[in-house]
Amino acid sequence: MADAQISPRNIPDRLEGRGVRLLKSWEALLVVVAAAIFLGNSLASPYFLDPWNLSDATFNFTEKAMIAFAMALVIISGEIDLSVASIIAFASTAMGYAVQLGFDTPALVAIGLGVGLLCGTVNGLLITGLGLPSIVVTIGTMSLFRGLSFIVLGDQAFTGYPESFAWFGQGYVWWVFSFEFALFLLLAVIYGVLLHKTNFGRAVYAIGNNQTAALFSGVRVARVKFTLFLLTGLMAGLASICLTSRLGSTRPSIALGWELEIVTMVVLGGVNILGGSGTIPGVVLAALIMGMVTFGFGLLNVPGIVMSIFIGLLLISVIALPILWQRARRRLAH
Amino acid sequence: MRGFEKHLSAKTAAQMKRLKLVDPLLLQDTTTSRMKPAITLEGISKSFPGVRALSDVSLALYPGSVTALIGENGAGKSTLVKILTGIYQPDSGVIRVADEDVTFPTALSAARAGVTAIHQETVLFDELSVAENIFLGHAPRNRFGLIDWKKLNADAQALLQRAGADFDPTIRLRDLGIAKKHLVAIARALSVDAQVVIMDEPTAALSHKEIHELYALIERLKADGKAILFISHKFDEIFRIADRYTVFRDGTLVGEGLIADVSQDDLVRMMVGRAVGSVYPKKAVAIGEPVLAVSGYRHPTEFEDISFELRRGEILGFYGLVGAGRSEFMQSLIGITRPSAGAVRLDGEVLVIRSPAEAIRAGIVYVPEERGRQGAIIGMPIFQNVTLPSLSRTSRSGFLKLANEFALAREYTARLDLRAASLDQDVGTLSGGNQQKVVIAKWLATKPKVIILDEPTKGIDIGSKAAVHAFMSELASQGLSVIMVSSEIPEIMGMSDRVIVMREGRIAGRFDRAELTAEKLVRAAAGIETQVNGRAA
Amino acid sequence: MMAKLLLKNRELLLLAAIAVLVALIALRFPAFVTVANLAGVYNDTSILVILALGQMAVILTRCIDLSMAANLALCGMVAAMLNAAFPGLPIPLIILAAMALGALLGTINGALVWKLDIPPIVVTLGTLTIYRGLIFLLTDGKWINAHEMSDAFKALPRLELAGTPVLSWLSLLMIALMVLVMGRTPLGRAFYAVGGNPHAAVYTGIDVGRTRFFAYCLSGTLAGLSGYLWVSRYAVAYVDIAAGFELDIIAACVIGGISIAGGIGSVPGAVLGALFLGVIKNALPVINISPFAQMAISGTVIIIAVAVNARAERRKGRVILKKAEAV
Repeated sequence: MADAQISPRNIPDRLEGRGVRLLKSWEALLVVVAAAIFLGNSLASPYFLDPWNLSDATFNFTEKAMIAFAMALVIISGEIDLSVASIIAFASTAMGYAVQLGFDTPALVAIGLGVGLLCGTVNGLLITGLGLPSIVVTIGTMSLFRGLSFIVLGDQAFTGYPESFAWFGQGYVWWVFSFEFALFLLLAVIYGVLLHKTNFGRAVYAIGNNQTAALFSGVRVARVKFTLFLLTGLMAGLASICLTSRLGSTRPSIALGWELEIVTMVVLGGVNILGGSGTIPGVVLAALIMGMVTFGFGLLNVPGIVMSIFIGLLLISVIALPILWQRARRRLAH
Repeated sequence: MRGFEKHLSAKTAAQMKRLKLVDPLLLQDTTTSRMKPAITLEGISKSFPGVRALSDVSLALYPGSVTALIGENGAGKSTLVKILTGIYQPDSGVIRVADEDVTFPTALSAARAGVTAIHQETVLFDELSVAENIFLGHAPRNRFGLIDWKKLNADAQALLQRAGADFDPTIRLRDLGIAKKHLVAIARALSVDAQVVIMDEPTAALSHKEIHELYALIERLKADGKAILFISHKFDEIFRIADRYTVFRDGTLVGEGLIADVSQDDLVRMMVGRAVGSVYPKKAVAIGEPVLAVSGYRHPTEFEDISFELRRGEILGFYGLVGAGRSEFMQSLIGITRPSAGAVRLDGEVLVIRSPAEAIRAGIVYVPEERGRQGAIIGMPIFQNVTLPSLSRTSRSGFLKLANEFALAREYTARLDLRAASLDQDVGTLSGGNQQKVVIAKWLATKPKVIILDEPTKGIDIGSKAAVHAFMSELASQGLSVIMVSSEIPEIMGMSDRVIVMREGRIAGRFDRAELTAEKLVRAAAGIETQVNGRAA
Repeated sequence: MMAKLLLKNRELLLLAAIAVLVALIALRFPAFVTVANLAGVYNDTSILVILALGQMAVILTRCIDLSMAANLALCGMVAAMLNAAFPGLPIPLIILAAMALGALLGTINGALVWKLDIPPIVVTLGTLTIYRGLIFLLTDGKWINAHEMSDAFKALPRLELAGTPVLSWLSLLMIALMVLVMGRTPLGRAFYAVGGNPHAAVYTGIDVGRTRFFAYCLSGTLAGLSGYLWVSRYAVAYVDIAAGFELDIIAACVIGGISIAGGIGSVPGAVLGALFLGVIKNALPVINISPFAQMAISGTVIIIAVAVNARAERRKGRVILKKAEAV
């Protein structure tokens, strides 16, 4: 054991400086991937580097990324929330219904966020209160929440959102920077701080690594997990406001299949699907990569579904490659 | 009185067995013997990171004979069992079956070579039927290659009867109690035509009647010519059932021979080894006023009538056999499970503890026995492990202060003499002993009034053991109150001011340091009455 | 006593629930419970039944297969393309081809889980998008419509034998085969062992990874078969057929009492779980509830089912006190 030779009285805090740790990190790999895609895109299409085109491109990931931040925390804690896309649909339906009743923008925002929180509460109670497995519960609520939208809407759609409501999905804060992109950056910072700089974030890691040991160490496991499901609900509500505002209409099939894209984004960002590790910068990079791939392929007239093959391959290979690499190294060491 | 008789009869039985069955010369001189061992281990060594679990041990098991494997927890018994059953591979040494060198790279290969084990924690399948548990992996098939359930159930019934069980083989395993599950495990061992049967504390969960049925079964297995390795902490049953003994201590072989040639005291001496107390750094501490008072603690299935007081500066040992309910009681004390009745006072004030978080805040901390599962978070760095329960102190309004965390981690890891490359290293990369130091540092950093250490030196190397003991003694002398749960007699005797012995969920004896003997502890824990000391049980 | 038996046996409980459901419907709409109509409901649910059987095997081993619907769609498309390109190709050959392709796709999932130890949910999330994407690559997004398919291709599922369509017969055959596999082969029992207690399974000499691999092969093969059935029954093939159906399959399993934690579940359970969803789906239009309510109802049923199952599975605490030991 190497650890036996070092004098016990002065164990250094860290062996590697910040720079070395950054270089060795998953995020560094993602930066390289992102840079390569950026470069490839700019070479492949003359339209890619246009600021307005880039700005437009951000819309295809900002709403998903908002949820991905909260989802990252849920997955790091060892759980999963598959109901987020359905919460978007349900919240959007609620807002659309409120429009029919004559409510205006502030009320709509409150309703969107409120429905998100409510759905998160339902998930949280079922999972932490009754101790049910989150994957099954959220498959159930996924059907339930979207199903409620279908009951309300059938094959109809809600439209007629007030003009002021359009700003959330279509407005710009400054120059090419949309409200959604600004919100994405703000939330990245908030979730980065929450996960990496607070006691709460530390508890999330501890639970994901070893729930029993965390409980024995005085972490209030149920309370933390409940909060996490509230957060994914709230973020889904927020994303619902942005998406509804951007589309200007609500159909029950809104955001269909997003839950899998969001989970893919989180896993691509280096979050261990089994819990315990992952970072917010990783998720931010994964969001940018997925956004750029979609945009770049779009410019090249490659259909979205081909892009999804690429994302699927990326998802499996980014997890498989480190495993294969480690095995190869071990074999060489022998 | 009854216990004494039992003891006597056990001894006579052993002598009778020897006269009737086995010529000791034959057993002792195996090279020239006509009776070949069913399996031989020679020079087996096995190390884990930081721990040498077995070093150069040898063992021969003979057909028609029961060999008792005796040793404290951590002496290497379970490592040996895992090597015999193909779960672990030895670093060096030879396994020989019928004069041929063999290796057991998988559990299946060991089973095919005729070695089977009945484990302490029965490794069986709750959702499957009893019969299937017996035959999983080697079920009888019909001529189409399909599993023949009729024959399977009938065969299972027959095997259960041989094992002395009378229940229906088609019921699900989860509907059985622990004792009956054990019988199923035994029936499984019978179902593979094993030549070597390992019984790892087979009677730990059985009732008096069931134990006697087990003895009868073992006699039948012997008559069938099976070689049996019998692991037990209970001396009465060792003398009742075993023909030979092998004693392990700290991973080495310290004695072997015929049971008829030794006394119980001889075995205890071999097992415990060094003169008890001499290497333990127990300081004489002035015991202060009562700090913790527990009265009438009980739980529906785990323990009852637990009452005691713990004083300032005192180390109170909790001794008992594995599964006596000590850990379960301690965990209920810190709010993991809820007791059905009972009261706790800390410094005279009544406490209601509903979660570990509340226990920590009140000043009672528990260092759990299962270091990997309940203690350390091995995927996280040392400093984050140390500060986890103390985050409210190192942080400011919910935000982490890394400088404070490193300072706290530095202070406590240094006090425990931790060996590590850096405080940012994952705990999983440390040796068992150093992991344990991190875990203890974690709890001490909360500045508790009472610390409960559950098997604090289980599975760690001698050096780390000494460090933990020295530190425990130091803590007590500084006025901390310590409860130490341990199944190691020397540790209990060397470190405790007072000892409470638990057996089957109840307090079975209380001893002051002055009156402690290993024998009293063993007898109280095993429920053997003695003529000399009537306080046990 | 009866109530206790019901509570203990998940399959009986579910059967009772379906019976109550059907009875309630029958009170107002007796036409729903005619033999012909119920047989129709079963026929309509046949594909879900077959898929649920495959998913069950995977879930039993503590894994999950999210790619089943995508696998179905790809195999269905390939079957339709084969038929469109070579109208003379015998239908059984096409079915075999679809099943072989399904098995291959399942093998890929299984190999990734077994050999690379990638979490099953990640593997099948990835292959779900890849398999569906492949359909697009194959077809460029074009549909294969009824007129491009041969009559024999479309007719087989509808063909009636002894008054019952082949589709129903096929699903009954699969149920029978799965009863054999799960109940009477070492592999089937290994599924239970691996999911129930992987650690103990190793002691018993069962290779956990290999067992999971075969579970995926099985689910893939059944998805392949369902691919042909789906495409021929609805007489159309395109990229998005059965999109989102993977969750219906899992829902059928959960309702059928198959524990997502592995090791618990049965063929009758999976079948009944699928039928429960089938009855709801077919009953809604009859009792004048918008078919749009189906989703919310099945969501609610999933949650209730998992809560009921969790209650039944809750572990007993350790018994140390002798008097407390009941058995």
